Amino acid sequence: MSEPKTTVRCTVNGQAVQADVVPRMSLADMLREEAGLTGTHLGCEHGVCGACTIIVNGAPVRSCLMFAVQAEGAEVRTVEGLADGETLSPLQRAFWEKHGLQCGFCTPGFLMLATWMLEQPEPVTEERLRHVLSSNLCRCTGYTNIVRAVTAAAKEMGKWAESAAA
Amino acid sequence: MDAPLTWIGRNIPRLEDPALVRGEGRFVADIAVGSRAVVFLRSPVAAGVIKAIEKPELPPGALIITGEDVATLKPIVPRLARFNYVPIEQPILPRTRVHYVGQPVAAIVAATQREAEDIADQIFLDIEPEEAVVDLDLAAAPGAPIVHPMAPTNTIVEGRIRTPGLEAAFAGATVVELDIRSRRQNASPMETRGGHAAYDRASGRVSLHASVQMPHMLRTGITDCIGMPEADLRVVAPDVGGGFGQKMSLFPEYVLLVWLARRYRSTFAWIEDRRENLIASAHSRDQHHKVRAAFDDQGVMRGLDVEILANIGAFSCYPTTCGVEPLMALAEYAGPYKVAEYGAHARGITTNTAVMAPYRGVSRPVISFALERLMEVAAKRLGLDPIELRRRNLVTQFPHRTPTNMMLDEASYLETMEKAVEVAGLPAFRAEQAAAHAQGRYLGIGFSVINERTGYGTPAFAARSMEITPGYERVEICMTPSGEVEARIGASPHGQGLRTALAQIIAEETGVDVARIRIIHGDTDRTPYGWGTFASRSLVISGGASKLAAAKLAVKLKRAAAVLLQGEESQVRLEGGMALLPGGASISLDAIARTVYHSAGPISEKIGYDLNEAATYDPEGTFSNACHVAVVEVDTETGGTKILRYIVVEDAGRLINPMIVDGQVQGGVAQGIGNALLEEIIYDADGNILTGSFADFIPPTMAEIPPIEVHHLATLTGASVLEAKGVGEGGAIAAPAAVINAICDALEPFGIQLFDMPATPQRVRAAIRTAEETSP
Repeated sequence: MSEPKTTVRCTVNGQAVQADVVPRMSLADMLREEAGLTGTHLGCEHGVCGACTIIVNGAPVRSCLMFAVQAEGAEVRTVEGLADGETLSPLQRAFWEKHGLQCGFCTPGFLMLATWMLEQPEPVTEERLRHVLSSNLCRCTGYTNIVRAVTAAAKEMGKWAESAAA
Repeated sequence: MDAPLTWIGRNIPRLEDPALVRGEGRFVADIAVGSRAVVFLRSPVAAGVIKAIEKPELPPGALIITGEDVATLKPIVPRLARFNYVPIEQPILPRTRVHYVGQPVAAIVAATQREAEDIADQIFLDIEPEEAVVDLDLAAAPGAPIVHPMAPTNTIVEGRIRTPGLEAAFAGATVVELDIRSRRQNASPMETRGGHAAYDRASGRVSLHASVQMPHMLRTGITDCIGMPEADLRVVAPDVGGGFGQKMSLFPEYVLLVWLARRYRSTFAWIEDRRENLIASAHSRDQHHKVRAAFDDQGVMRGLDVEILANIGAFSCYPTTCGVEPLMALAEYAGPYKVAEYGAHARGITTNTAVMAPYRGVSRPVISFALERLMEVAAKRLGLDPIELRRRNLVTQFPHRTPTNMMLDEASYLETMEKAVEVAGLPAFRAEQAAAHAQGRYLGIGFSVINERTGYGTPAFAARSMEITPGYERVEICMTPSGEVEARIGASPHGQGLRTALAQIIAEETGVDVARIRIIHGDTDRTPYGWGTFASRSLVISGGASKLAAAKLAVKLKRAAAVLLQGEESQVRLEGGMALLPGGASISLDAIARTVYHSAGPISEKIGYDLNEAATYDPEGTFSNACHVAVVEVDTETGGTKILRYIVVEDAGRLINPMIVDGQVQGGVAQGIGNALLEEIIYDADGNILTGSFADFIPPTMAEIPPIEVHHLATLTGASVLEAKGVGEGGAIAAPAAVINAICDALEPFGIQLFDMPATPQRVRAAIRTAEETSP
């Protein structure tokens, strides 16, 4: 019962990756099983929880809902690519300093989604932050410190805008 | 570099985090990559007789294991030493009958999970269905279908208490009766269950890495079922993605994984998917309480009489047993209130549903929901302000003995409530509420005062008559020859930041920087026997043992320093990695460590040949407490509730790392809000689960959870050697009551009182509809 395989070529965190995968393999599974990048976590495999969020061609993606073969030629970014060597990204550092994680299982998904948000041209307000990050589930933190962390990173990166007065 | 004056009470960024924010954590699914995969075929019917399991042709290397193949495995049989407890046997894989939808019936092994799932789809499972009983009240009623023949009334555990003056307390009193319903929930850690069992051919040992909270207990339980030497199994809890109680229990899947590894001398991994987790892991809080309370004309509660039913599912969870919910409710119903006369009758009822297991707070979210609804309803009946009614009934004299013989240590029930009233700005809110109402908007405020029994050792568990009595924790501490400190602990943290908090405690005692302290946990080969992490216990008990062990190490270091510096031991101070004498003489702890291990001669006469110490701590327990306030707006068109503000005033005694404490509280509150508004596992009448994804069972997102403000009071108690109290569960305990009280306050113009949680939009709308139909 050997399934036919397809070769996928893409870049992951700037490195060329080539893998022979079965067509039904998800991109998340390819990253974890073929590329050895286990930082992308699977929380539900229904596309609801967002733990597996990565950035594909500049857009946040639930990697459990995308087939690996769909990533042919794509530029993929995962949590392992956020830090510059020993230096954490401002967002990673803010999660650490503001206690934006507890068990850490959902954290890679939040980091990738927030990284994408912080790279968009529009400024980040609290409304926008909550709107975007309500895509993902966290069961430990109650979100308060995730909001604090992303806010702190946005401020440090010059991306923060106070909300219009109510 | 200035040494800090103290390590306790500082917001040290967590030692756990750098790896986790880089995606370099090691969760069990990460360890399992590439291993042969196990998938479980689960029963599609709630009750029935297995007629046939027809296997398809298998590809090379694949296996199907059924109950017949593992007939030698002993069932899981948790026990209570009580006459009114019926031990029931949970088979690892059943041979004759299934008892709930989701029960594992066969294990399929293949090279990958995908291939194993394909094989599972091809198995023809012939089960002749029988009548299932799912609903708690139906199962408890006379004549209900019987789940297990040895329990003909479906009652598996029962407890009663009645103080002599109960009846008299109700005579002539204002009697308030409530019917409280809590719907079934799933703790839903973001990481599901999973295990990776690797056989080592050289030693014959199996290493099981598993996403669990109690690795030592799991090891004992698994080896008992298999009948193998316990020493031949190593259980490791690697990074664990949350547990909240769901990962305490021994599950058949883990027994089977270890059996497979030994039987086939190979490595196997099972990673649960979310649907399995929602259907077949463990559920909780499916309870029905009937509450009667007697108040005198001063508003003092003279008597409380409760009837408690808990749906314990198809089997009893190990090791806590299914007594965990009903017996905790019986023991702790009085909460922070003075209850002079008390009666309770608690029953654990078995049904054809998934197994009940502890979930953050266990029964206390339901108890506090009942008590805090009681305060509101009774205040209305008595014509009193509900805050004033609480003032008249909260315990203010300590220690206080409850009707069930628990001793409440020093706490601040009244003070936290008064502070919460002040922070919430109650009079200003009432004005805002009236103004909003004039515009057709419905705002409400809700209060909830709770205590939380934390850090309890064997005496408390022994009172529950558990055959297996958890409670103590041991910490073995060692300074290496290079001066780092290693502490091996029996607790098993999985997100609580315990490594950081214990390092702070040890740093405080020894003067060693936290960066040079390693906390080793979750590995039965490397840590002393212990009970793991649950029940708001680890900081108090494992932290207490850490303090005691570190203090002993400090004595050794001072003694060694006194020899080396030729000074007085009593005058040596440990600080900033140094041993210091008043005259200015000093020596680094690193140098002391090298000398002790490598130049043992003269020092060994004073301190021996090592820098190892250990301590065990087994406290009676200490109660933390809090008052929560929720401010909500209810949309009367949709029944939806939006939380506008959430305030917690809590008292956990001395805070070791306030940032971590706030995080625990905030996380608990968010789960409590989910419990109050959204989360409900729903079965149909035949026992099929209708909520098999996070699109149906709905944990709250950032859109539903407001910023959670946390304020602290600090009552220092001798009941804990750290003067610290536990905080793991309080957020989840208090939040449902605060939120639903707030909804009822908002809907006061409709005269609506809700006693059923979660207060979903459907339930709120139904209540509004009924109120509109019955009002003129």
